[in-house]
Amino acid sequence: MTQKSLLTVDARTKKRNASEKRFKAFGLGAIIVAMVALVILLTSVVSTGSSAFKQTYATVSVPLPEAKLDKSGVRDLDVMKKVTTIGYTSLLRDGIVGTVADAGLTTTLSAKDIGKMLSKEAAATVRDHVLANPDVIGTSVEFSLLMNGRIDGYFKGRVTMESAALDGNTSPEELQLAQDMANAGLVETKFNWAFLTAPDASDQRPEAAGLGVAILGSLYMMIVVLVLALPIGVAASIYLEEFAPKNRWTDIIEVNISNLAAVPSIVYGILGLAIFINFMEFNQSSPLVGGLVLTLMTLPTIIISTRAALKSVPPSIRDAALGVGASKMQSVFHHVLPLAAPGILTGTIIGLAQALGETAPLLLIGMVAFVREYPAAYSPDAGLFGEAATALPVQVFNWTQRADPGFVERASGAIITLLIFLLIMNAIAIFLRRKFERRW
Amino acid sequence: MPLSVSLIITICLVVLAYFAAPRRALAMSGGDARTLAALPRQYGLNAALAVGLPSLVVLVAGLLAGGGGYLTIILLVVAGATFAGSMLRIAPSLRARTEAEGMIKLVLIAASVIAILTTVGIVFSMLFETRNFFGQYKWSDFYFSTEWSPNFRGDSSLGIIPLLWGTLYISFIALVFAVPIGLFAAIYLSEYAGRRMRGIAKPAIEILAGIPTIVYGLFALITVGPFLRDYFAAPMGFGDSASSVMTAGLVMGVMLIPFVSSLSDDIINAVPQAMRDGSLGLGATKSETIRQVVIPAALPGIVGAVLLAASRAIGETMIVVLGAGAAARLSLNPFEAMTTVTVKIVSQLTGDTDFASPETLVAFALGLTLFVITLGLNVVALMIVRKYREQYE
Repeated sequence: MTQKSLLTVDARTKKRNASEKRFKAFGLGAIIVAMVALVILLTSVVSTGSSAFKQTYATVSVPLPEAKLDKSGVRDLDVMKKVTTIGYTSLLRDGIVGTVADAGLTTTLSAKDIGKMLSKEAAATVRDHVLANPDVIGTSVEFSLLMNGRIDGYFKGRVTMESAALDGNTSPEELQLAQDMANAGLVETKFNWAFLTAPDASDQRPEAAGLGVAILGSLYMMIVVLVLALPIGVAASIYLEEFAPKNRWTDIIEVNISNLAAVPSIVYGILGLAIFINFMEFNQSSPLVGGLVLTLMTLPTIIISTRAALKSVPPSIRDAALGVGASKMQSVFHHVLPLAAPGILTGTIIGLAQALGETAPLLLIGMVAFVREYPAAYSPDAGLFGEAATALPVQVFNWTQRADPGFVERASGAIITLLIFLLIMNAIAIFLRRKFERRW
Repeated sequence: MPLSVSLIITICLVVLAYFAAPRRALAMSGGDARTLAALPRQYGLNAALAVGLPSLVVLVAGLLAGGGGYLTIILLVVAGATFAGSMLRIAPSLRARTEAEGMIKLVLIAASVIAILTTVGIVFSMLFETRNFFGQYKWSDFYFSTEWSPNFRGDSSLGIIPLLWGTLYISFIALVFAVPIGLFAAIYLSEYAGRRMRGIAKPAIEILAGIPTIVYGLFALITVGPFLRDYFAAPMGFGDSASSVMTAGLVMGVMLIPFVSSLSDDIINAVPQAMRDGSLGLGATKSETIRQVVIPAALPGIVGAVLLAASRAIGETMIVVLGAGAAARLSLNPFEAMTTVTVKIVSQLTGDTDFASPETLVAFALGLTLFVITLGLNVVALMIVRKYREQYE
């Protein structure tokens, strides 16, 4: 039998070491896959969506002849309102044709095609301006007007000369003219505030669609969730954690809550549809119903995190309070609850963030409707939070269902907005945890 | 008189009770708080609760019953009567604190009962409509028919099997993707990674968990779907559909990675260090320790985590709505568009719905089936996880 040195690695050890390395590499690989997935996800959304925050506008001088816009001649608003956006469209056409001619640009396009380069929304912009300032009639006013979706897409790289040649809605000549106008300083791409404030637009005009109504609807719903879910969740947690006797009933409640946390969200939508809309006859797609459904969905999350926060307060605090004569209720409300507050707040914010991104239940309670009006905070006939609204994630879903490719950019832009809101909420939660977290 | 007016009057009464009751109690004791059975402000709290709680109950009950003009009057009567009653009851011997705390406790109990009410609401809302559905459509056809073709003029085939097949196929692909990656990520993070690595990778994986499912859905629709179609399905001749089982499955897998990894992380960390030390002391390598000691010890918990992930995958909606397609199909080709139970719930309940027709009501039967499946998975998973935790505590 030959003696081997301990320092020479035999075949079996080599094999074991290799398998150790392999195993470790698998682990690292798994993490890399997860990180790569995250990076691809974010870059894909950001790269398609960031252009939604920019928009192409044309500076056009529009003539506003009295003969066409105000037949009364005395600036009677009722008469002026009879001129619809269709009436304004021809003025815009004259305006842009004139502007192009003044800049010395030549094109083979007909006046009609040049007029089409402006968004259909532009006429409404001019009309609103005229109705708000009747004095401008009879003069020529310079407007910054939306270009249509294809021209906008050209400046963002989504539409090219080749794709325009195959597209019935635009042509390479139009893109060329737009490029000439841009060179002459008549067309510029600037930050799109309207994307964050304007309401949704019809499926013909992605360039005008904005998130204003959706953000407001989401805000209303978050208020409902906060007002209902926080007190109810905290009250339920206090009872379960501090007062509940250990018996079968409380066991049932506990199992129930952990199960509710895992029920698919769409089931809450069915619940909302059956109870709030069909049975109680609340208005469809009102933020109140949405908020109620999201409240029920968020409650388990808030209860679970609140209970963890209450549990982390050491019993000595309770004992000390009881020892100097506080009642059980006083020990909880005066001592335990304030100490658990940062944890409760963190859990609530995370629950709210979850509710903000939830889509499926809202689809079922009718939030897919096309909403152009800002929902009023209060109206006598629809009641508090009773008007039809939409929400950020639902707006994303709506836009993905539309045919015009411009809406893909809008949907991604809306996702970016949603993610920024979530990021802010989570950052606040992390900040609170860091700042107030106590280790006993 | 609108409801808001009587609501404001009620709130005023509550506030009034809170401030008037301590004064009245003090006046009755001749200005000497020591002769009172409770602190003056506890008289105030007691009176405010005695007015506020019954009014709140009346208000909520009235709104649930559909409102109506009577509610305004009833609310006012209740608030007024309880206000008068609580004021008359004030006496130096009244144990105001004990009474107030009793009422607070009732509120706490009521809040925790809401969780039960939610479950009851879910079950009954679906049971009721499902019964209506099975009154119009044979239950055996629903559960055993392999054809799904709703037709709003009537005469539809509403078999759940193709939908269940799509659901399970997509969930299976998602789990095949997510479980190994999530598990290996958890093992690496808890057993191998250094502090810095953990500091970066853990939050990154948690970010994945915080992203709403609509974002994953859009990702499937605009990036993953076209990519799979152009580079895999079309060249290999599997079809040319961007929305497919594979698209939805892969994206759902990404969504489940953090879920699996954080659950398994907890479970792996719960395995006592002594077991690892024993194995390492006998000369096993780290990976041998993990494979032969830690994983077997953590296995029940991991199974529970996988079941929870499966229930998540089955109930997931937005990813499949945007990534899987709408055609009900029984096929093995993973690059073909298929549909799931959740997609059909959404499509049958949005748009114009008529709650008398089986085509709409079928959504409730689908919802109930989904609820029962996920509930079963959750109950089993939670039982396993709980039992396992007790083992080492």
